[in-house]
Amino acid sequence: MQDKNDANRMRKELLIRIIKDFMEDKLAEKIDKIPIELRPKGEPSSRCCTYKDRAVLKYRLMAMLGVSVEDEEDESKQLSSYLEDVLKRNSFDENILSVLDVACTSCVTSRYLVTNACRGCFARPCVFNCPKGAMSVIDGKSVIDYSKCIDCGICTQVCPYHAVIRVPIPCEEACPVGAIKRNPETDVQEIDFGKCVYCGKCMVACPFSAILEKSQIIDVLKAIKEKKKITAMLAPSVVGQFPVPLEQIAGAVLALGFTGVEEVAFGADMTSEHEAEEFVERMNAGDKLMTTSCCPSYVETVKKHVPGLLKAVSETPSPMRYTSQTLKEEDPDALTVFVGPCVAKRKEALNDPNTDFVLTFEELAAMFVALGVQFNAVQPHELTRPVKSTGRGYATSCGVSSAVLKEMKDAGRTDIPDINAQFINGVDKKAVKLLQMYATGKMPGNFLEVMACEGGCVGGPCTIGKVKLAIDAVKKYADGPGIPKK
Amino acid sequence: MQKTKVTICVGTTCYLLGAADLQELETFLPEDLKECVEVIGSHCLGVCKDNQYGNAPFVKVDDELIANATVGAIIEKIYEHRKGE
Repeated sequence: MQDKNDANRMRKELLIRIIKDFMEDKLAEKIDKIPIELRPKGEPSSRCCTYKDRAVLKYRLMAMLGVSVEDEEDESKQLSSYLEDVLKRNSFDENILSVLDVACTSCVTSRYLVTNACRGCFARPCVFNCPKGAMSVIDGKSVIDYSKCIDCGICTQVCPYHAVIRVPIPCEEACPVGAIKRNPETDVQEIDFGKCVYCGKCMVACPFSAILEKSQIIDVLKAIKEKKKITAMLAPSVVGQFPVPLEQIAGAVLALGFTGVEEVAFGADMTSEHEAEEFVERMNAGDKLMTTSCCPSYVETVKKHVPGLLKAVSETPSPMRYTSQTLKEEDPDALTVFVGPCVAKRKEALNDPNTDFVLTFEELAAMFVALGVQFNAVQPHELTRPVKSTGRGYATSCGVSSAVLKEMKDAGRTDIPDINAQFINGVDKKAVKLLQMYATGKMPGNFLEVMACEGGCVGGPCTIGKVKLAIDAVKKYADGPGIPKK
Repeated sequence: MQKTKVTICVGTTCYLLGAADLQELETFLPEDLKECVEVIGSHCLGVCKDNQYGNAPFVKVDDELIANATVGAIIEKIYEHRKGE
């Protein structure tokens, strides 16, 4: 979830523009002008100058087209030329995030800084306690010799005036697994995809908006324009993203030109049923622990950083996989688009033959704006596919466990083991350590739900609704009747 | 005195470009304003069409339109409207 700021606003405005221009058949002609129109000569710039702003905008648009900015070979190649390539593609880059090098150069090189709150005191605990002798007082103020400083942080802890501050590098601070680091040669941050778990936290954290996700919006719009059969699969968190009931959101989605709209919640029901069965089987076979598997970023975290826990991760497919599988069985010709709050789903979908595209809530909202779809003007669409209320509750922390636990009770089995459910609400650096402890088998509990985003999917990196309100909205649906079987 | 009416546009443009954050306005109102403000959501006010979305979200305090609305700007405007009470 992102707070309101200029970087977000710019991304949304760019999205609206390219969607509108594309649908009006004007994108090829207009796309190269967008950076200049948004940063005309003489207007104030956000970076050092108008020209750098324009360069950054160009790369941002490249990522919106789904092109890797790292793959740029010819700097003079125009966006319209990239657009031509994009319209011909039928596969996507595996690395779903990019660091935009021209935007990323501005973070501090040293973590510790003496501010002018320093009084140059008599006690001088910073000088006294520095293990490397990097602190000295010059002209009545403490000064750090950065050639000696080892970023240990003792000076910040001992200063009675809090005059030495730690200046974080926001993306590194946010990354739970140490996958983003400065490349000393280029002096920009680099994502190590051997470690990256696609949680999107760096993207949200970067104040220069230098981390970009590669969008598939053009591919979706192209399919809509070609009047293909295309179904939007709305993740359960959707109800917290717009200020109207689900039927109205569904109606608005159809107004965009999607030919079908479905709730991923019905796939979530299938996940709960199978996961409940799997849990009973595993426990009866002597397993000590099973964890959920619906959060793709969590599964990636286990694969890359807690391999000892891998055997405990449920093998049940995620709600998205069940949903798209069912839809493809019903109509193999209809394209499937997962619409959700998640960066990692883009990666999961690349390995799911039944999910053709992934859109974010932000992109969906930009489509509503660009195509002039207003909620009050659309016909609400009645959703008829049976859905349990518990499936609709998947989007909040504890929602998955409640669904699975309810399935076990409803199954009426007598061989159900005692359940001790535990939760990890948001994967940060500490949570990764906790997962490593779970892997050693020394933690209590036999059922563990893990959500990479705090609050659950409603706290995802590509949401637009306030997390608190979104949680309330999802809970309202989770407490409701669902859609009963006829 | 009559309540001050705050109309928050939740048309798709304003919603995406910031009105989502204004939905909690009531929880941010200072104590002295809590009783005398009525907050309502509205469908598109129709102003975003004229200027390239640049100034969304739009909010009306009584009949006065605020562009680029923020919680702070709205509260300031409410005080202005209730001056002399």
